[in-house]
Amino acid sequence: MKSMKYILAAAFALNAGLAHAHGYWLLPSSTVLSSPQFVTFDAAVSNDPFHFNHRPLGVEELQIIAPDESLVAPVNVSKGELRTTFDAKFEQKGTYRLSLFREGLRAFWKEGDQNKRFFGKPEELKDKVPADAKDLKVVEFSNRLESYVTVGSPSKLKTVGRGLEMVAATHPNDLVAGEPLTVQFLVDGKPTADVEVEVLKGQTRYRNQKGEQKLKTDADGKVTINLPDAGMYWLDADYKDNKVQNKQANERSLAYVLTLEVLPQ
Amino acid sequence: MRHAVIPALVAALFAGTAHAAGLDVKVTVPRINAAEYHRPYVAIWVETPNQDIATTLAVWYAQSNKDNGEGKGTKWLKDLRQWWRKGGRDLTMPVDGVSGATKPVGEHTLSFVEGQAPLGKLAAGEYNLVVEAAREKGDRELVRIPFKWPAQKAESLKASGTSELGTISLEVKP
Repeated sequence: MKSMKYILAAAFALNAGLAHAHGYWLLPSSTVLSSPQFVTFDAAVSNDPFHFNHRPLGVEELQIIAPDESLVAPVNVSKGELRTTFDAKFEQKGTYRLSLFREGLRAFWKEGDQNKRFFGKPEELKDKVPADAKDLKVVEFSNRLESYVTVGSPSKLKTVGRGLEMVAATHPNDLVAGEPLTVQFLVDGKPTADVEVEVLKGQTRYRNQKGEQKLKTDADGKVTINLPDAGMYWLDADYKDNKVQNKQANERSLAYVLTLEVLPQ
Repeated sequence: MRHAVIPALVAALFAGTAHAAGLDVKVTVPRINAAEYHRPYVAIWVETPNQDIATTLAVWYAQSNKDNGEGKGTKWLKDLRQWWRKGGRDLTMPVDGVSGATKPVGEHTLSFVEGQAPLGKLAAGEYNLVVEAAREKGDRELVRIPFKWPAQKAESLKASGTSELGTISLEVKP
């Protein structure tokens, strides 16, 4: 029974691309480069940041955006049982943004005493969900997963103005242990209060207390994160509102996930 | 009469050079017992009290590689972590009179003259001389020596690393 739940959870996370059931993340082999080169990435769905112990994350929709806004195609993409890996070559000076942005609908309903679920694009909804579905709940989702890599000096990052995004006071590739980081969260381009932010340092399996920071954005949409130690940090931000695009949905859930590398002083 | 003036002028010229204000830096690359030893990458710079780089004095790195040109050596410049973040990343390597090849074990003497690159003109105030070293298959170390500029009289300052750097001495010349 437990294993069945586990499989369902995996399917849930994968079908939704990115769901709340499990964490998901991108892990770059390097984020700060002094000359053009390849960087390799792991992408996975797991509860323990950067420990690939559950399922691979699909990266079909991942975009790697160069400083001049051209797109870089990932190479050597390989989907394993526990992680997806890919490489990308970073040749321009400045900051590259890796972004996996997905929007769609999740639907939950009942058929007899069975719980049914749907994840996908709005246009698929009416084929998959019966018109007379009982206890139907439709939620619009907008999920963004990001990671940054810089060659040479970091360059300024632009926002898109759609879904949940982050603007960092210190460039995300310029972080050192002991210097707190202030970040502002935007929903559809506007600073937003009460975004729930969780920050967790990787390698949780080697300690008993995870020591996660749970924060909420202030009126300006800002939170200050402590980065006491060098390492890879996983940031997860979540927000709910009812500004839906699709009339069948009555709620929108927004998520933003970021990998931060913090270097020693 | 004429003959008497020339030697005096020549003497004055040399005296001028000998007494030019500046920094003399001695950096010791320590002998390290390692099965596989690589010379360290080293950055030497002058830092303001708020830890900005006033000027980079020297960077030693693996500059050339037969197969790969510059790329091979610059790949690891980021490991001079603090120098890289504070401003190394804004320079385009190689920098004339600043960058050079990695140095062997031993003491290396560098002289920097006020008004000349790379020391240039420093505003009066408190500074640190910073030496950062990072070695392939080795560790990273950073040593700071605080000094005042300009010096009223010649000053000898010293500090020492414990792993990747040996004795660092700084002569501040008025």
